[in-house]
Amino acid sequence: MFNETTKNLIYFLIAPGLAFTALIGLLSTWFDRKLSARLQWRKGPPWFQPFADIIKLMGKEVIVPEGGAKEVFLSAPLVALTAVTLVSTMLWMFNLNPQVGFVGDLIVVLYLLTVPSLALIVGGSASRNPLSALGASREMKLILAYELPFLLATFTVIMKAGTLVMGNIVGYQAGHGMIMNSASGFIALLVTILVVQAKLGYPPFDIAEAEQEIMAGPLLEYSGAPLGIFRLSKAMLLFVLPVFVITLYLGGINLSSWTGGLWLLLKYLILLLVVILIKNTNPRLRIDQAVRFFWGPVMGAAIVGIILALIGW
Amino acid sequence: MKRIFKWAIGKSPWVFHLGASACNNCDIEILDTLTPKHDIERFGLILAGSPRHADILIVSGIVNRQSLPRFQRVYEQTPNPKLVVAVGVCACSGDMFRDSYNFVKPVDEIIPVDVYVPGCPPKPEAIIAGILKAMEKWKQL
Repeated sequence: MFNETTKNLIYFLIAPGLAFTALIGLLSTWFDRKLSARLQWRKGPPWFQPFADIIKLMGKEVIVPEGGAKEVFLSAPLVALTAVTLVSTMLWMFNLNPQVGFVGDLIVVLYLLTVPSLALIVGGSASRNPLSALGASREMKLILAYELPFLLATFTVIMKAGTLVMGNIVGYQAGHGMIMNSASGFIALLVTILVVQAKLGYPPFDIAEAEQEIMAGPLLEYSGAPLGIFRLSKAMLLFVLPVFVITLYLGGINLSSWTGGLWLLLKYLILLLVVILIKNTNPRLRIDQAVRFFWGPVMGAAIVGIILALIGW
Repeated sequence: MKRIFKWAIGKSPWVFHLGASACNNCDIEILDTLTPKHDIERFGLILAGSPRHADILIVSGIVNRQSLPRFQRVYEQTPNPKLVVAVGVCACSGDMFRDSYNFVKPVDEIIPVDVYVPGCPPKPEAIIAGILKAMEKWKQL
Protein backbone atom coordinates (compact mmCIF):
# COMPACT_ATOMS: atom_id res chain seq x y z
CA MET A 1 0.00 0.00 0.00
CA PHE A 2 2.70 2.50 1.01
CA ASN A 3 5.96 2.90 -0.79
CA GLU A 4 9.25 2.73 1.08
CA THR A 5 9.59 6.46 1.76
CA THR A 6 6.14 6.94 3.29
CA LYS A 7 6.67 3.85 5.39
CA ASN A 8 9.97 5.21 6.72
CA LEU A 9 8.34 8.57 7.39
CA ILE A 10 5.60 6.87 9.41
CA TYR A 11 8.24 4.92 11.34
CA PHE A 12 10.10 8.15 12.03
CA LEU A 13 7.20 10.46 12.87
CA ILE A 14 4.63 8.22 14.57
CA ALA A 15 5.75 4.84 15.87
CA PRO A 16 8.36 3.96 17.04
CA GLY A 17 9.65 7.46 16.31
CA LEU A 18 8.54 10.89 17.42
CA ALA A 19 4.95 10.53 18.67
CA PHE A 20 5.41 7.20 20.45
CA THR A 21 8.72 8.13 22.06
CA ALA A 22 7.36 11.51 23.15
CA LEU A 23 4.32 9.86 24.74
CA ILE A 24 6.30 7.26 26.69
CA GLY A 25 9.06 9.76 27.49
CA LEU A 26 6.64 12.28 28.99
CA LEU A 27 4.89 9.55 30.98
CA SER A 28 8.31 8.45 32.28
CA THR A 29 9.01 12.05 33.31
CA TRP A 30 5.76 12.01 35.26
CA PHE A 31 6.77 8.68 36.87
CA ASP A 32 10.06 10.32 37.86
CA ARG A 33 8.39 13.39 39.35
CA LYS A 34 5.69 11.42 41.13
CA LEU A 35 8.17 8.97 42.62
CA SER A 36 10.44 11.82 43.71
CA ALA A 37 7.42 13.43 45.35
CA ARG A 38 6.50 10.22 47.18
CA LEU A 39 10.12 9.84 48.33
CA GLN A 40 9.83 13.32 49.85
CA TRP A 41 6.57 12.35 51.53
CA ARG A 42 4.31 14.57 49.41
CA LYS A 43 1.55 14.02 46.92
CA GLY A 44 3.17 15.06 43.66
CA PRO A 45 1.82 16.22 40.30
CA PRO A 46 -1.07 14.62 38.37
CA TRP A 47 -0.26 12.31 35.44
CA PHE A 48 -0.84 14.93 32.74
CA GLN A 49 1.67 17.36 34.27
CA PRO A 50 4.52 16.93 31.71
CA PHE A 51 2.01 17.24 28.83
CA ALA A 52 0.62 20.49 30.27
CA ASP A 53 4.18 21.83 30.69
CA ILE A 54 5.13 21.12 27.07
CA ILE A 55 1.85 22.48 25.61
CA LYS A 56 2.17 25.61 27.71
CA LEU A 57 5.75 26.21 26.59
CA MET A 58 4.73 25.75 22.94
CA GLY A 59 2.18 28.55 23.30
CA LYS A 60 4.36 31.08 25.10
CA GLU A 61 6.25 34.01 23.68
CA VAL A 62 9.67 33.22 22.18
CA ILE A 63 12.39 35.70 23.09
CA VAL A 64 15.73 35.71 21.30
CA PRO A 65 18.34 37.52 23.40
CA GLU A 66 19.81 40.68 21.97
CA GLY A 67 23.12 39.98 20.22
CA GLY A 68 22.64 36.21 20.21
CA ALA A 69 23.12 34.12 17.06
CA LYS A 70 19.44 33.81 16.16
CA GLU A 71 19.49 30.93 13.65
CA VAL A 72 21.81 28.74 15.72
CA PHE A 73 19.94 29.59 18.92
CA LEU A 74 16.59 28.53 17.47
CA SER A 75 17.76 25.48 15.49
CA ALA A 76 19.77 23.82 18.30
CA PRO A 77 16.65 22.33 20.01
CA LEU A 78 15.47 20.89 16.69
CA VAL A 79 18.82 19.18 16.22
CA ALA A 80 18.51 17.60 19.66
CA LEU A 81 14.95 16.45 18.98
CA THR A 82 15.84 14.96 15.58
CA ALA A 83 18.81 13.06 16.99
CA VAL A 84 16.79 11.54 19.84
CA THR A 85 13.94 10.57 17.51
CA LEU A 86 16.39 8.98 15.08
CA VAL A 87 18.06 6.93 17.83
CA SER A 88 14.69 5.74 19.09
CA THR A 89 13.52 4.71 15.60
CA MET A 90 16.78 2.92 14.89
CA LEU A 91 16.82 1.04 18.21
CA TRP A 92 13.28 -0.28 17.75
CA MET A 93 13.83 -1.20 14.11
CA PHE A 94 17.06 -3.11 14.89
CA ASN A 95 15.34 -4.94 17.73
CA LEU A 96 12.11 -5.87 15.97
CA ASN A 97 13.55 -6.90 12.61
CA PRO A 98 17.33 -7.41 12.90
CA GLN A 99 17.90 -7.76 9.15
CA VAL A 100 17.53 -4.00 8.54
CA GLY A 101 20.77 -3.32 10.45
CA PHE A 102 24.05 -2.47 8.78
CA VAL A 103 27.67 -2.97 9.79
CA GLY A 104 28.60 -0.40 12.42
CA ASP A 105 25.08 0.76 13.27
CA LEU A 106 26.08 0.60 16.94
CA ILE A 107 28.68 3.29 16.25
CA VAL A 108 26.06 5.49 14.56
CA VAL A 109 23.80 5.14 17.61
CA LEU A 110 26.69 5.98 19.95
CA TYR A 111 27.39 9.15 17.97
CA LEU A 112 23.74 10.17 17.79
CA LEU A 113 23.41 9.79 21.56
CA THR A 114 26.04 12.53 21.98
CA VAL A 115 24.18 14.95 19.70
CA PRO A 116 21.58 16.19 22.27
CA SER A 117 24.40 17.28 24.60
CA LEU A 118 26.21 18.92 21.70
CA ALA A 119 23.02 20.78 20.73
CA LEU A 120 22.76 22.00 24.32
CA ILE A 121 26.34 23.29 24.16
CA VAL A 122 25.79 25.02 20.81
CA GLY A 123 22.48 26.56 21.88
CA GLY A 124 23.89 27.74 25.20
CA SER A 125 26.90 29.30 23.54
CA ALA A 126 24.72 31.04 20.93
CA SER A 127 22.65 32.82 23.56
CA ARG A 128 25.33 35.39 24.54
CA ASN A 129 24.88 34.92 28.24
CA PRO A 130 27.93 34.35 30.45
CA LEU A 131 26.10 31.87 32.68
CA SER A 132 24.94 29.91 29.64
CA ALA A 133 28.51 29.82 28.37
CA LEU A 134 29.63 28.55 31.76
CA GLY A 135 26.97 25.84 31.64
CA ALA A 136 28.01 24.90 28.10
CA SER A 137 31.63 24.61 29.15
CA ARG A 138 30.64 22.38 32.07
CA GLU A 139 28.56 20.19 29.74
CA MET A 140 31.58 19.90 27.46
CA LYS A 141 33.80 18.73 30.33
CA LEU A 142 31.11 16.29 31.40
CA ILE A 143 30.98 14.78 27.88
CA LEU A 144 34.77 14.40 27.95
CA ALA A 145 34.45 12.71 31.32
CA TYR A 146 31.73 10.16 30.59
CA GLU A 147 32.34 9.25 26.93
CA LEU A 148 35.51 7.30 27.69
CA PRO A 149 34.06 4.82 30.23
CA PHE A 150 30.89 4.64 28.11
CA LEU A 151 32.83 3.54 25.03
CA LEU A 152 34.91 1.10 27.07
CA ALA A 153 31.75 -0.46 28.53
CA THR A 154 30.22 -0.74 25.06
CA PHE A 155 33.49 -2.27 23.90
CA THR A 156 32.95 -5.08 26.41
CA VAL A 157 29.62 -5.87 24.77
CA ILE A 158 31.16 -5.77 21.30
CA MET A 159 33.88 -8.20 22.41
CA LYS A 160 31.41 -10.58 24.02
CA ALA A 161 29.06 -10.62 21.05
CA GLY A 162 31.83 -10.28 18.47
CA THR A 163 29.84 -7.95 16.25
CA LEU A 164 29.18 -4.27 15.57
CA VAL A 165 25.60 -4.85 14.37
CA MET A 166 22.93 -4.22 17.01
CA GLY A 167 20.60 -6.87 15.58
CA ASN A 168 23.36 -9.47 15.96
CA ILE A 169 24.02 -8.39 19.56
CA VAL A 170 20.34 -9.05 20.31
CA GLY A 171 20.59 -12.36 18.44
CA TYR A 172 23.71 -13.33 20.43
CA GLN A 173 21.85 -12.66 23.67
CA ALA A 174 18.91 -14.78 22.51
CA GLY A 175 21.33 -17.70 22.02
CA HIS A 176 23.77 -17.24 24.94
CA GLY A 177 21.65 -15.48 27.58
CA MET A 178 21.81 -11.83 28.55
CA ILE A 179 25.18 -10.08 28.50
CA MET A 180 24.38 -8.88 32.03
CA ASN A 181 24.66 -12.48 33.29
CA SER A 182 28.42 -12.60 32.80
CA ALA A 183 30.82 -10.91 35.24
CA SER A 184 32.28 -8.55 32.64
CA GLY A 185 28.83 -7.71 31.27
CA PHE A 186 27.54 -6.88 34.75
CA ILE A 187 30.41 -4.48 35.43
CA ALA A 188 29.83 -2.84 32.03
CA LEU A 189 26.11 -2.49 32.87
CA LEU A 190 26.90 -0.70 36.14
CA VAL A 191 29.27 1.66 34.32
CA THR A 192 26.65 2.33 31.65
CA ILE A 193 23.95 3.14 34.23
CA LEU A 194 26.23 5.78 35.77
CA VAL A 195 26.89 7.21 32.30
CA VAL A 196 23.14 7.24 31.57
CA GLN A 197 22.70 9.33 34.71
CA ALA A 198 25.22 11.84 33.39
CA LYS A 199 23.78 11.82 29.87
CA LEU A 200 20.34 12.64 31.26
CA GLY A 201 21.81 15.48 33.32
CA TYR A 202 20.30 14.12 36.53
CA PRO A 203 21.80 14.56 39.98
CA PRO A 204 24.58 13.94 40.96
CA PHE A 205 25.65 15.00 37.46
CA ASP A 206 23.28 17.95 36.82
CA ILE A 207 26.34 20.17 36.90
CA ALA A 208 25.60 21.89 33.58
CA GLU A 209 22.12 23.00 34.65
CA ALA A 210 22.85 23.64 38.32
CA GLU A 211 19.88 25.82 39.16
CA GLN A 212 21.29 27.18 42.41
CA GLU A 213 24.61 28.24 40.90
CA ILE A 214 24.14 29.18 37.26
CA MET A 215 20.32 29.36 37.15
CA ALA A 216 19.60 26.94 34.31
CA GLY A 217 22.92 26.78 32.48
CA PRO A 218 22.63 26.51 28.69
CA LEU A 219 18.82 26.70 28.91
CA LEU A 220 18.94 30.03 30.74
CA GLU A 221 17.97 32.26 27.81
CA TYR A 222 15.51 29.85 26.22
CA SER A 223 11.81 30.59 26.48
CA GLY A 224 8.62 29.30 24.88
CA ALA A 225 8.73 26.70 22.10
CA PRO A 226 12.55 26.14 21.91
CA LEU A 227 12.63 25.47 25.64
CA GLY A 228 9.68 23.11 25.23
CA ILE A 229 11.48 21.20 22.49
CA PHE A 230 14.62 20.89 24.62
CA ARG A 231 12.55 19.59 27.52
CA LEU A 232 10.72 17.20 25.21
CA SER A 233 13.95 15.80 23.81
CA LYS A 234 15.25 15.35 27.34
CA ALA A 235 12.07 13.51 28.32
CA MET A 236 12.45 11.30 25.23
CA LEU A 237 16.05 10.61 26.22
CA LEU A 238 14.70 9.23 29.50
CA PHE A 239 12.98 6.57 27.39
CA VAL A 240 15.63 6.05 24.72
CA LEU A 241 18.64 5.53 26.98
CA PRO A 242 17.05 2.71 29.05
CA VAL A 243 15.95 1.06 25.78
CA PHE A 244 19.56 1.31 24.60
CA VAL A 245 20.74 -0.34 27.84
CA ILE A 246 18.09 -3.06 27.47
CA THR A 247 19.21 -3.73 23.90
CA LEU A 248 22.88 -4.05 24.79
CA TYR A 249 22.78 -5.72 28.20
CA LEU A 250 19.33 -7.07 29.07
CA GLY A 251 18.50 -9.22 26.07
CA GLY A 252 16.88 -6.69 23.77
CA ILE A 253 13.23 -6.25 22.85
CA ASN A 254 11.17 -9.25 21.86
CA LEU A 255 7.49 -8.55 21.22
CA SER A 256 6.61 -11.89 19.58
CA SER A 257 4.59 -12.95 22.64
CA TRP A 258 2.87 -11.00 25.40
CA THR A 259 5.37 -12.20 28.00
CA GLY A 260 8.06 -10.47 25.94
CA GLY A 261 6.22 -7.17 26.22
CA LEU A 262 5.75 -7.68 29.95
CA TRP A 263 9.47 -8.44 30.39
CA LEU A 264 10.34 -5.30 28.44
CA LEU A 265 8.07 -3.20 30.67
CA LEU A 266 9.56 -4.76 33.81
CA LYS A 267 13.15 -4.20 32.68
CA TYR A 268 12.35 -0.63 31.68
CA LEU A 269 10.65 0.18 34.99
CA ILE A 270 13.52 -1.30 37.00
CA LEU A 271 16.09 0.74 35.06
CA LEU A 272 13.94 3.86 35.53
CA LEU A 273 13.65 3.12 39.24
CA VAL A 274 17.42 2.82 39.61
CA VAL A 275 17.96 6.12 37.79
CA ILE A 276 15.35 7.91 39.93
CA LEU A 277 16.71 6.48 43.18
CA ILE A 278 20.25 7.61 42.31
CA LYS A 279 18.80 11.00 41.42
CA ASN A 280 16.98 11.42 44.71
CA THR A 281 19.69 10.22 47.07
CA ASN A 282 22.74 12.09 45.82
CA PRO A 283 23.83 15.72 46.07
CA ARG A 284 25.38 17.45 43.09
CA LEU A 285 29.09 16.97 42.46
CA ARG A 286 31.44 19.71 41.37
CA ILE A 287 32.63 19.42 37.77
CA ASP A 288 36.18 18.48 38.80
CA GLN A 289 34.82 15.80 41.13
CA ALA A 290 32.67 14.41 38.30
CA VAL A 291 35.61 14.26 35.89
CA ARG A 292 37.77 12.60 38.54
CA PHE A 293 34.96 10.14 39.30
CA PHE A 294 34.48 9.10 35.67
CA TRP A 295 38.16 8.98 34.77
CA GLY A 296 39.11 7.26 38.03
CA PRO A 297 36.91 4.54 39.56
CA VAL A 298 34.40 4.27 36.71
CA MET A 299 37.03 3.90 34.02
CA GLY A 300 38.95 1.49 36.24
CA ALA A 301 35.82 -0.64 36.52
CA ALA A 302 35.30 -0.49 32.75
CA ILE A 303 38.89 -1.65 32.14
CA VAL A 304 38.43 -4.52 34.63
CA GLY A 305 35.30 -5.44 32.63
CA ILE A 306 37.31 -5.53 29.40
CA ILE A 307 40.03 -7.69 30.97
CA LEU A 308 37.38 -10.10 32.31
CA ALA A 309 35.83 -10.23 28.84
CA LEU A 310 39.26 -11.06 27.36
CA ILE A 311 39.64 -13.95 29.80
CA GLY A 312 36.20 -15.08 28.73
CA TRP A 313 34.17 -14.50 31.92
CA MET B 1 -6.02 25.50 20.05
CA LYS B 2 -6.48 28.46 22.36
CA ARG B 3 -8.54 26.37 24.76
CA ILE B 4 -5.83 23.72 24.99
CA PHE B 5 -3.24 26.38 25.75
CA LYS B 6 -5.50 27.91 28.38
CA TRP B 7 -5.93 24.53 30.04
CA ALA B 8 -2.17 23.87 29.91
CA ILE B 9 -1.09 27.20 31.37
CA GLY B 10 -3.63 26.83 34.16
CA LYS B 11 -2.06 23.50 35.05
CA SER B 12 1.60 24.44 34.90
CA PRO B 13 2.40 27.88 36.30
CA TRP B 14 6.14 28.27 36.85
CA VAL B 15 7.13 30.91 39.34
CA PHE B 16 10.20 33.11 39.48
CA HIS B 17 11.11 34.74 42.74
CA LEU B 18 11.89 38.38 42.06
CA GLY B 19 13.39 39.84 45.21
CA ALA B 20 13.50 43.63 45.13
CA SER B 21 15.62 44.34 48.20
CA ALA B 22 13.39 42.63 50.72
CA CYS B 23 14.41 42.16 54.35
CA ASN B 24 14.48 38.35 53.69
CA ASN B 25 11.48 37.74 55.88
CA CYS B 26 9.12 37.28 52.93
CA ASP B 27 11.86 35.44 51.01
CA ILE B 28 12.08 32.86 53.76
CA GLU B 29 8.30 32.41 53.74
CA ILE B 30 8.39 32.01 49.93
CA LEU B 31 11.06 29.32 50.30
CA ASP B 32 8.86 27.77 52.96
CA THR B 33 6.05 27.63 50.40
CA LEU B 34 8.28 25.54 48.13
CA THR B 35 9.08 22.89 50.74
CA PRO B 36 7.59 19.37 50.58
CA LYS B 37 5.25 20.22 53.46
CA HIS B 38 3.13 22.51 51.31
CA ASP B 39 3.79 20.50 48.10
CA ILE B 40 2.95 23.12 45.48
CA GLU B 41 3.91 20.67 42.74
CA ARG B 42 0.41 19.19 43.05
CA PHE B 43 -0.76 22.39 41.27
CA GLY B 44 2.06 22.01 38.75
CA LEU B 45 4.01 24.87 40.28
CA ILE B 46 7.78 24.80 39.93
CA LEU B 47 10.37 27.36 40.96
CA ALA B 48 12.05 28.43 37.70
CA GLY B 49 15.71 29.36 37.76
CA SER B 50 15.42 32.00 35.06
CA PRO B 51 12.76 34.66 34.36
CA ARG B 52 12.70 33.41 30.74
CA HIS B 53 11.08 30.17 31.94
CA ALA B 54 8.60 31.80 34.31
CA ASP B 55 4.89 32.49 34.05
CA ILE B 56 4.40 34.17 37.41
CA LEU B 57 6.72 36.66 39.09
CA ILE B 58 6.59 36.69 42.88
CA VAL B 59 7.77 40.12 44.03
CA SER B 60 8.93 40.75 47.56
CA GLY B 61 10.31 43.91 49.13
CA ILE B 62 10.46 47.57 48.08
CA VAL B 63 12.07 48.82 44.88
CA ASN B 64 14.93 51.24 45.60
CA ARG B 65 16.86 53.53 43.29
CA GLN B 66 19.63 50.96 42.82
CA SER B 67 17.39 48.05 41.88
CA LEU B 68 14.80 49.93 39.79
CA PRO B 69 16.41 49.43 36.30
CA ARG B 70 17.15 45.75 37.00
CA PHE B 71 13.65 45.26 38.32
CA GLN B 72 12.05 46.65 35.16
CA ARG B 73 14.44 44.63 33.00
CA VAL B 74 13.57 41.32 34.68
CA TYR B 75 9.89 42.09 34.14
CA GLU B 76 10.53 42.72 30.44
CA GLN B 77 12.60 39.52 30.17
CA THR B 78 9.65 37.37 31.21
CA PRO B 79 7.76 36.01 28.18
CA ASN B 80 4.03 36.74 27.80
CA PRO B 81 1.49 35.82 29.15
CA LYS B 82 2.76 36.62 32.63
CA LEU B 83 1.34 37.49 36.04
CA VAL B 84 2.77 39.39 38.98
CA VAL B 85 2.01 38.53 42.61
CA ALA B 86 3.17 41.05 45.21
CA VAL B 87 4.04 39.20 48.42
CA GLY B 88 4.35 41.07 51.70
CA VAL B 89 3.15 44.48 52.72
CA CYS B 90 6.36 46.13 51.44
CA ALA B 91 5.69 45.00 47.89
CA CYS B 92 2.03 45.95 48.20
CA SER B 93 2.46 49.53 49.39
CA GLY B 94 5.93 50.30 50.68
CA ASP B 95 4.86 50.05 54.30
CA MET B 96 7.34 51.54 56.78
CA PHE B 97 9.89 52.32 54.06
CA ARG B 98 7.42 54.61 52.30
CA ASP B 99 9.13 57.81 53.47
CA SER B 100 12.65 56.46 53.14
CA TYR B 101 15.14 58.46 51.03
CA ASN B 102 15.79 55.67 48.53
CA PHE B 103 12.23 54.42 48.10
CA VAL B 104 11.15 55.01 44.50
CA LYS B 105 7.51 53.98 44.04
CA PRO B 106 5.24 51.16 45.14
CA VAL B 107 5.63 48.09 42.91
CA ASP B 108 2.22 48.52 41.26
CA GLU B 109 3.21 51.93 39.88
CA ILE B 110 6.24 50.39 38.14
CA ILE B 111 4.82 47.15 36.75
CA PRO B 112 1.20 45.90 36.67
CA VAL B 113 0.46 43.80 39.76
CA ASP B 114 -2.31 41.18 39.59
CA VAL B 115 -2.68 40.02 43.18
CA TYR B 116 -1.57 41.53 46.49
CA VAL B 117 -0.72 39.23 49.39
CA PRO B 118 -0.28 41.50 52.44
CA GLY B 119 1.40 40.43 55.65
CA CYS B 120 4.75 40.87 57.32
CA PRO B 121 5.44 38.18 56.26
CA PRO B 122 2.34 36.43 54.85
CA LYS B 123 1.84 32.76 55.68
CA PRO B 124 2.79 30.18 53.01
CA GLU B 125 -0.88 29.25 52.71
CA ALA B 126 -1.70 32.87 51.89
CA ILE B 127 1.01 32.94 49.21
CA ILE B 128 -0.36 29.75 47.61
CA ALA B 129 -3.89 31.18 47.72
CA GLY B 130 -2.64 34.41 46.12
CA ILE B 131 -0.91 32.55 43.27
CA LEU B 132 -4.00 30.44 42.59
CA LYS B 133 -6.17 33.57 42.69
CA ALA B 134 -3.91 35.30 40.16
CA MET B 135 -4.22 32.33 37.82
CA GLU B 136 -7.96 32.95 37.51
CA LYS B 137 -7.00 35.83 35.22
CA TRP B 138 -5.78 33.29 32.67
CA LYS B 139 -9.31 31.96 32.29
CA GLN B 140 -10.14 35.16 30.39
CA LEU B 141 -7.16 34.92 28.03
